[in-house]
Amino acid sequence: MSLNRFLKQRETLLALILVAISAGVAWRAPTFIGLANLHEIATDSAILIVMALAQSLVIMTRGIDLSVAANVALSGMAAAQLSMHAPWLPIPLVLLFATLVGLALGLVNGVLVAWVRIPSIVATLGTMSLFRGLTFLAADGKWVAQHEMSAAFLAFPRLDVLGLSLLAWIGVLGIVVAVVFTRHVALGRELRALGGNPSAAKYVGIRETTLQLFVFAVAGAVAGLCGYLWVARYAIAYDGVALGFELQVIAACVIGGVSIAGGVGSVTGTVLGALFLVLIYNALPVVGISPFWQTAIVGAAILSAVILNARGDRTDGLRLILRRHPAH
Amino acid sequence: MLNDVKTDTPRYTVADRAPRSFRALCLRWETLLALLLLATVFVNSTLSPFFLDPYNLADSTFNFSEKALLALGLTLIICAGEIDISVAAIMALASVCMGLLSLAGFGTPVLVLAGLAVGLACGALNGFIVTGFGVPSVVVTIGTLSLFRGLTNVILGDGAITQYPAGFGELGQGYVFGIIPIEFIVFLVLAAAFAFGLHRTRFGRNLYAIGNNAIAARYAGIPVQRYRMALFMLSGLMAGLAAVLLTSRVGSTRPNIASGWELEAITMVVLGGVSINGGSGSVGGVVLAILLLGMVTFGMSLLNVPGIIMTIFTGLLLIGAIAAPILIARVSGQRRRV
Repeated sequence: MSLNRFLKQRETLLALILVAISAGVAWRAPTFIGLANLHEIATDSAILIVMALAQSLVIMTRGIDLSVAANVALSGMAAAQLSMHAPWLPIPLVLLFATLVGLALGLVNGVLVAWVRIPSIVATLGTMSLFRGLTFLAADGKWVAQHEMSAAFLAFPRLDVLGLSLLAWIGVLGIVVAVVFTRHVALGRELRALGGNPSAAKYVGIRETTLQLFVFAVAGAVAGLCGYLWVARYAIAYDGVALGFELQVIAACVIGGVSIAGGVGSVTGTVLGALFLVLIYNALPVVGISPFWQTAIVGAAILSAVILNARGDRTDGLRLILRRHPAH
Repeated sequence: MLNDVKTDTPRYTVADRAPRSFRALCLRWETLLALLLLATVFVNSTLSPFFLDPYNLADSTFNFSEKALLALGLTLIICAGEIDISVAAIMALASVCMGLLSLAGFGTPVLVLAGLAVGLACGALNGFIVTGFGVPSVVVTIGTLSLFRGLTNVILGDGAITQYPAGFGELGQGYVFGIIPIEFIVFLVLAAAFAFGLHRTRFGRNLYAIGNNAIAARYAGIPVQRYRMALFMLSGLMAGLAAVLLTSRVGSTRPNIASGWELEAITMVVLGGVSINGGSGSVGGVVLAILLLGMVTFGMSLLNVPGIIMTIFTGLLLIGAIAAPILIARVSGQRRRV
């Protein structure tokens, strides 16, 4: 790859912006790029990173999953209830349980989208309400608070393994799995093909139904895993957990260059998009900007990313007519 | 000779529309919704003696009239194959701007105009980005949702604006003939106007054409981008109007005002039979869906069912309503093939 092309890549641009923000903040407060704070950022961003990576697979196949945050709330509540009634249970089993609950919820989406063929935005809008409501019902409207959770349950995401928190390791693991999957596994490359051109993909024998079921299952399982992590990290389970988080997950993908029209996106971009959001959230208080600016800045970032994406998009018939001077 | 001409009838009759048959009428989405609505009213009136009280019924419309206005704007947008997720955030921003003007001492007419103008401007921004850069409206409006809601947060912080002029509350709290809320009348009048616009004018026909195939519509000479721009501005304007009525009704502006309403409004539209892929749907269906959801909510609140149970019901209704016809068509289609 030539240097020129490398510089024009979105990933490079995003990485430069990240470095610039970090440098700017560090100039005001040098501890910002200290090891302790970087570790904090890695821990903070793990959930967003793995959920954005899973979402990017869904978006890559021209779908969208709006129910992931509600899934986090419901799986987290299930894990909290399990640990409340059976505190002796080893934590990996609780983790597995939350993941399976998430997987089941993801499969509901998958069946609705792949088999019944409901547009994913409508199906997951419906399951989003459904999952949130079930979270309320699961606990009879009560909250599960810190004192009802076992110490091991709460400590698990913060466990120190080789100098990094377990949460940060999960983020790292998610990235490695995603890179291997999208680059070196046939199924991963088929996803991109399906999103890029569904009818061509069908002709070369890619099974659309299976792949769609698969991406929603993955998004669900990852959300289930994050459900436990979220509840354990913030020590609370109720029906408002991760409210609106689905938009942050989608924002990370969009900022990272995943095209909502399908077929376009990279692991590096998605990870950088998620890091960008977490960096903004962490940097604002440090430089003395009111955290109330957070949402507005994220909105502006999404819009800039979308407009940048638009330049690289394929031309369609409508654009051909609208173009005044033919390019060729 | 004359007889020859008479017997030489054309092989095809080109009708203006499909023939009206009783069977087709029964299978219409609107018929199904109307039956569901009747069933809801029947069940609710047997479960609670207070349901059919005219004053209660009229007051229950307060709960959905503003959302219904969003749904009307979204009906046209979704028919044209686009979507606007930022409507609730537009409401928040419009409400905050009205609050600021109210604090500055302006009267009701200025507040109303400001609310509408902010809505229109936000819609214009959506339309500008969607048409100017040719990007999907889902992402654009997720972005502007964040932007508008964020600006609201910046202005309000964690505070609230509760000072509104004395006569301002009349718009959202007032009644016509002492019983029907003004809000509901506004909704009915606009619903009729939207139905006329969508089903009886060239504008409406072109809109369906765009929703079915935007590229073909452009080849047919329809200024697609201009239509899209107009639709986003209209949707913004409706959000501005909803903000005026909501702010007037509750008399305050808080950072979480109307949060999550975009999803409820989209649910109303989709449940009303508008295809999320664009190109089909009717205002009548959406109005029926709005009334259905409104009556179910009202009935449940009379029975002291918590609001969150209502979300479960809404979710199931949305999925069921979309899945049922698809599955039925698939089953009957297979039978026909055999």
